[in-house]
Amino acid sequence: MPNQKDDVYGDHISHQFNEELAELKTQFLKMGGLVEQQLADAVKALIDNDGHLADEIRARDKTVDRMEVEIDEESTRVIARRQPTARDLRLVVSVIKMVADLERVGDEAKKIAKFAMGLSEEGKAPRGYVEVRHIGNHVGGMLHDALDAFARLDSELALQVMKEDKRVDEEYQAAIRSLLTFMMEDTRNISRCMSVMWVLRALERVGDHACNIAENVIFMVKGEDVRHTSMEEAERVVSQ
Amino acid sequence: MSTLNASLSNEQAQRDLAEASAPAAAPEKPAESVIEYGKTVGTPFSDDPKFTLRDVEVFYGDTQAIKGISLDIAKNEVIAFIGPSGCGKSTFLRCLNRMNDSIDICRVKGQLQLDGKDLYDPKNDVVELRARVGMVFQKPNPFPKSIYDNVAYGPRIHGLANRKSELDDIVENSLRKAGLWDEVKDRLDAPATGMSGGQQQRLCIARTIAVSPEVVLMDEPCSALDPIATARVEELIAELSQSYTIIIVTHSMQQAARVSHRTAYFHLGHLVEVNETNKVFTAPEHELTESYITGRFG
Repeated sequence: MPNQKDDVYGDHISHQFNEELAELKTQFLKMGGLVEQQLADAVKALIDNDGHLADEIRARDKTVDRMEVEIDEESTRVIARRQPTARDLRLVVSVIKMVADLERVGDEAKKIAKFAMGLSEEGKAPRGYVEVRHIGNHVGGMLHDALDAFARLDSELALQVMKEDKRVDEEYQAAIRSLLTFMMEDTRNISRCMSVMWVLRALERVGDHACNIAENVIFMVKGEDVRHTSMEEAERVVSQ
Repeated sequence: MSTLNASLSNEQAQRDLAEASAPAAAPEKPAESVIEYGKTVGTPFSDDPKFTLRDVEVFYGDTQAIKGISLDIAKNEVIAFIGPSGCGKSTFLRCLNRMNDSIDICRVKGQLQLDGKDLYDPKNDVVELRARVGMVFQKPNPFPKSIYDNVAYGPRIHGLANRKSELDDIVENSLRKAGLWDEVKDRLDAPATGMSGGQQQRLCIARTIAVSPEVVLMDEPCSALDPIATARVEELIAELSQSYTIIIVTHSMQQAARVSHRTAYFHLGHLVEVNETNKVFTAPEHELTESYITGRFG
């Protein structure tokens, strides 16, 4: 593959085309930043019992949804008017797929916010918050790295994100096991533990979406699809 | 037909010559130094070649227009030659039916084989070769004769029909294959020059296939046509590819993407990359190919 320069989308003969692709990238990263904030706030709202913050998150999700639609529209316009090819085409196609992932992360954040409101009414911090904070930080970092990898066209970093997803899955399994133990110890824990389990599940899904974004970044940079392949295959593609 | 074609090709060659000898027309970036002489990335070779071309070099006087190109063209494939102006794609195309022969200062070196036989063997009959390897030009160039006579011209001089009824069949079949029969069947005696541009170009294609060639060379066949006529010609290319090998030079990358199986990217007389068209337009291997097809120079 051609070497990736600083601004590989910016040196077309058509300045208008440069600007359109740059705008698409900017919009995507802006949406990514908002979604990252939503996720961090959702975990914070839960742990701090902050019902007010949870309310804000649910309101801001509308902005996330609107951005998804706008970016899709812009991508469609670029395809219709520019007929992008090669890396330009891969950028547009990847953005279309990655905004769907970002939007879903936004939904997961909203879901966590909903549980935060429910749990904050019950008062006392239930079991499993340590795990929530830990996994929340972990998938938040993955999302951040995936967006960074997109911004810098860094396929190595994207590969790291894919590897992290395996660890998140393990942490999720361990957390579920410990919550099950609490539920067996005292049946009065079940309701609250179930809520925490849903939160953990949402966080685990965020990790999957970050992983999808990372896979798309590798496709953008390397031109090869690493979805549904082995980690060894993804490593081979990235090392090319 | 051959003499007419030869004089037409002469005209085109003069134009190309002007391009080749004017370095200002060549893109300023990227530099030639990123290309290794005679080296092509991708899949330039085939197991079932119609043309076997090795280390082909073409000179116009002291100017080298083609720089050591090796390529196979498979049977019944549609291969598109793309590249910026002056990259040598038309020059290379015209080597394939010896259209460059008529240019005094033009020399062709290297191995060029059609079905394993040397194309440039002095014993070859060039007229017969051009019947096997037909050509369609950028501008429709019907003879100032009737529609019927345009198509019948080749079969007549090659003695392909013994009776009028046989000739009628050839004319009808050729016009049908070119998708023109229904439009002209009631006015076969009308002058060809009265047809629309798109019809004239399809007539020229009918004229080319009337002598049952094995290969059809097309040098920007749609650049003078509107989108509808272009779509008709492209549809025709898809149908013809069932029985012919088609090599098309085009300035329209979208056209190359639509009609061809493989795409060859030429740059300053080098063949930079040959790959499946699907690959070239989604993930090309060479930086220069990428730059050209994404509209970064050219």
